Amino acid sequence: MTKIVVVTSGKGGVGKTTTSAALATGLAMRGHKTTVIDFDVGLRNLDLIMGCERRVVYDLVNVINGDANLKQGLIKDKRVENLFILPASQTRDKDALTQEGVEKVLNGLRDMEMEYVICDSPAGIEKGALMAAYFADEAIVVTNPEVSSVRDSDRILGILSSKTRKAEQGEGDIPARLLLTRYSPERVDRGEMLSVGDVQEILAVDLLGVIPESQAVLNASNSGAPVILDLESDAGLAYADAVARFIGEERPHRFLTAAKKGLFGRLFGG
Amino acid sequence: MGIFSYLLPKKQNTASTAKERLQIIVARERSGRGGPDYLPQLQEELLAVVRKYVPVDPEAVNVQVDRESGCEVLELNITLPEGEDD
Repeated sequence: MTKIVVVTSGKGGVGKTTTSAALATGLAMRGHKTTVIDFDVGLRNLDLIMGCERRVVYDLVNVINGDANLKQGLIKDKRVENLFILPASQTRDKDALTQEGVEKVLNGLRDMEMEYVICDSPAGIEKGALMAAYFADEAIVVTNPEVSSVRDSDRILGILSSKTRKAEQGEGDIPARLLLTRYSPERVDRGEMLSVGDVQEILAVDLLGVIPESQAVLNASNSGAPVILDLESDAGLAYADAVARFIGEERPHRFLTAAKKGLFGRLFGG
Repeated sequence: MGIFSYLLPKKQNTASTAKERLQIIVARERSGRGGPDYLPQLQEELLAVVRKYVPVDPEAVNVQVDRESGCEVLELNITLPEGEDD
């Protein structure tokens, strides 16, 4: 059985690609055969985050158009077994992404016995985002604790409940879970940032994980190694927990409270 | 900050402002979602009728369809402006 997962958010820059890369890598590290697909036609970036930008020959639209077969389009990850990347094309023609074409690619991945296909959605609610979500069995909604991101996530949740194939076929809503990124417990404590409880209360979805604001995320994208490979970082560990929860393991949430300060810090710290 | 912050007037908690604003806007946007297509037009026409008699703000009208145990309830809320002597 192949499970198709869309990573979406509505708003741009909240961490969809970082999350897609981490989730796919984390699943593959656990031995699950996984492909991650970049649906952001025209603005390819997953390849950079995965560190395979110089190995891109064919892309999603090439495979859809039949210029290349699926096996030629897939880039096999060099660090982790069982992990494949299908980059977005840089053509500006968004119509290249057709429903039939995407279905053909996904069926090809089913035939290859992929266990998970992670669809990295573009921002917005245009065709690319709708195509990334249409065939999904499950959704991960990436949100920052910030008003515009939360509002856009709510809109995306509304779209997910009506515009997927399962919804259209009357099979009901696909399960959607929240991944809160760039979280800063210190700022929450100071009343400057929405808390994870606030965001959950507003969006009313299950929580998959909370990723703390972390220098490790930028370090990871700088070097083209998904942050989940850095298991010495808080963000890497938080993603590893989220992957475990994603496949049904119970993990308590970490990094939700500010680090305790000593007397000196409390007197003079910010 | 630290010890000195206790001496300064307490800053407004912006997170709670954010939460309140989000709860209101998200509820409003959800009410328009999935409802019948005629709702926005209905809201506009009702507003036009009410405005013939009372100068109400466009935001003061809230139309909502709820489904309760098999029957649909059309709920209409109009907040009238406060008296001018206030």
